[in-house]
Amino acid sequence: MAKAAKRVAVAKTYKIYIDGKFPRTESGRYFALRDKKGGVIANVCRGSRKDFRNAVVAARKAQPGWEKASAYLRGQILYRIAELLEGRREQFVAELMLQGSTKRAAEKEVDASIDRLIYFAGWADKYQQVFSAVNPVSSSHFNFSVLEPTGVVSILAPESSGLLGLVSNVAPAIVGGNTCVALASESRPLCAVSFAEVLHASDVPAGVVNLLTGFRAELGDQFASHMDVNAVVYCDGDNSTVQKLAADNVKRVVARSRIDWSKDDSQHPYLIRDTQEVKTTWHPIGS
Amino acid sequence: MATAENKLAFDGGWEYAAAPESTDHVTIDKRYGLFINGEFVAPEKGRYFDTINPATEKKLSRVADASDIDVARAVAAARSAYRGPWSRMKAAERGKYIYRIARIIQERAREFAAIESMDGGKPIRESRDIDIPLAAAHFFYYAGWADKLDYAFPARKPRSLGVAGQIIPWNFPMLMAAWKIAPALACGNTVVLKPAETTPLTALKLAEVIADAGLPPGVVNIVTGAGKTGAALVEHPDVDKIAFTGSTNVGKIIQRSLAGSSKKYTLELGGKAANIIFADAPIDQAVEGIVNGIFFNQGHVCCAGSRLLVQESVADEVIAKLKERMQTLIVGDPMDKNTDIGAINSPMQLEKIETYLEVGQQEGGEMYQSSCRVPDTGYWCRPTIFTGVSQSNRVVQEEIFGPVLAIQTFRRFDEAISKANNTPYGLSGGVWTDKGSKIFKMTQSLRAGVVWANTFNKFDPASPFGGYKESGVGREGGLHGLDAYLELGA
Repeated sequence: MAKAAKRVAVAKTYKIYIDGKFPRTESGRYFALRDKKGGVIANVCRGSRKDFRNAVVAARKAQPGWEKASAYLRGQILYRIAELLEGRREQFVAELMLQGSTKRAAEKEVDASIDRLIYFAGWADKYQQVFSAVNPVSSSHFNFSVLEPTGVVSILAPESSGLLGLVSNVAPAIVGGNTCVALASESRPLCAVSFAEVLHASDVPAGVVNLLTGFRAELGDQFASHMDVNAVVYCDGDNSTVQKLAADNVKRVVARSRIDWSKDDSQHPYLIRDTQEVKTTWHPIGS
Repeated sequence: MATAENKLAFDGGWEYAAAPESTDHVTIDKRYGLFINGEFVAPEKGRYFDTINPATEKKLSRVADASDIDVARAVAAARSAYRGPWSRMKAAERGKYIYRIARIIQERAREFAAIESMDGGKPIRESRDIDIPLAAAHFFYYAGWADKLDYAFPARKPRSLGVAGQIIPWNFPMLMAAWKIAPALACGNTVVLKPAETTPLTALKLAEVIADAGLPPGVVNIVTGAGKTGAALVEHPDVDKIAFTGSTNVGKIIQRSLAGSSKKYTLELGGKAANIIFADAPIDQAVEGIVNGIFFNQGHVCCAGSRLLVQESVADEVIAKLKERMQTLIVGDPMDKNTDIGAINSPMQLEKIETYLEVGQQEGGEMYQSSCRVPDTGYWCRPTIFTGVSQSNRVVQEEIFGPVLAIQTFRRFDEAISKANNTPYGLSGGVWTDKGSKIFKMTQSLRAGVVWANTFNKFDPASPFGGYKESGVGREGGLHGLDAYLELGA
């Protein structure tokens, strides 16, 4: 009898994530992600400016509803993301290794990403208590200042940390009620796409997080210049270009260069505050 | 206002069909030991007592009566767990254990709700929608603080205290356990908790959850018993902190007994909150607020709106509407989803309430009770109001802890304030008015730890709770609730 043939593995198609769906890039373009020996790991979507615009529309549409969700609910949903990421730990470790990480480094990065989501889940109903204020004005008024999300945030994720860097920048934006469009690391995009699948299964409403893959040189300027984006978070980029382009609609510019996201002290609530506005209300006191 | 013609006949021939919560998913052991060092153990003297269902007077289970020696074992287990894994553990990992507790409570919420109603007599609707979800939310909230304490106390070094001894009441057994345990653990302490003797079951079920969550043995210990067990815990020399929720009388005894020791303490004691209705209030909403304020959980609520202060010009209307609304309240089987008011928690409490009903009438108050039927077995009290009472009356000054409301009127703003503040208590207050500026003037003038404006009896893990004056010391809940479980070092 003939020996049974070895089973052929089914390879995954890596797609982008817009408005809770996984389309291919509208441009039909791709770039090949290769291993050290030059073999193709995957053909990754080379996202276009049109993809980005579509993603911003989805993010804008989702933002009011997400902001209105209670802080408790947003915390629960971030916690849920962590739960599902934990469940797919092995997949993410394998993907990081495919992209050149050692097993040990890959495990460390996945574990840190899960813990980081828990960390920011915990902040959901607390950052307001740390950053808000009741202001003792001299007149007979009750005066208080609270944080509100700035709106839609574009994120140019760190190049060197495919999963942890992305999580570390997406989590603080969304826990504060913003929605976002992120561009994955160009050289390590696989985990970003798989992370989108985790988000998709985690009760995160469609459009709250949108993820593109592609070339920073091609898309980066638009992340900074788009007129319906309220803040741009850029990790390792050219400061002056981003600043100049952001000025078109007075975008908040958040620079996060040269941060080692594997360090515990890279996580703090000021990452949340970076994409928040302060709103002050005056109310009279008297009978 | 309703007239005879358009009044709905709630007391007419229509009845609600029974809608009982099933209990086939609930398991209650015949007997429970003490939860010490991660396992259930028999009490040293082998004594047990019954816990009954106050709606049926039937025994639910037998529960261990912890002696001084049992309490000492629990404290020793807590101390060793504190020295060992718990205080050395990375804060974020500690937090993850607390998250696990929150998640398991959410998963088992229905079971907890049923047991809470069976053991304590509260309506299933309340245990299902309030007590148990809020308990889970408390664990969820404080889990997140575990690794963020530095942000709550800028420029200080928050450090755990050690072993916390916690004594909780019978009115919100599971919720109070969560209020106590969650912040204690988040701040790095270990715990010995004593639930109330009439409602120990959900705390013992929580022990199961804690074991299932894989917490290191001894981090949480649960000892059941009555006042003597509580006293042994308070007086144990190796306890670093006492958290007590209960009556003002017992609170004073505890404060005295802690004098001269270095133990930190928080006391959440009684209340006699005024619900203040101004003429410009949305009256129908206010009437709902009054009902929620005093009849929620049979009035077994320390922050209950047990006094009504209503502006004279709307007093007749408010009282008429209130009486009409009271007639619609369903008193009976706590396991029925239609029930508004369940069973009084114990025969002792029922006796106390009934004494006050007599006292109120002897003092000259006019008593009105809804005409609803109550079951033959079990402990019940119809919703009750007193009108024509004066500030010095005992039903105005003293905490009854039952569905009994004392109603007074006022004309001027200042009069409302002085009446509202004129009791030894200061836990909470309610304000009903359409005018925002008046709300803030009221919150400034009321000597109370919580003020609800155009709402009442709202609770959230993020919101601090606690009283002024004889209603207690310290706050629980929110960022401010962390203070009680930390030493703020330099």
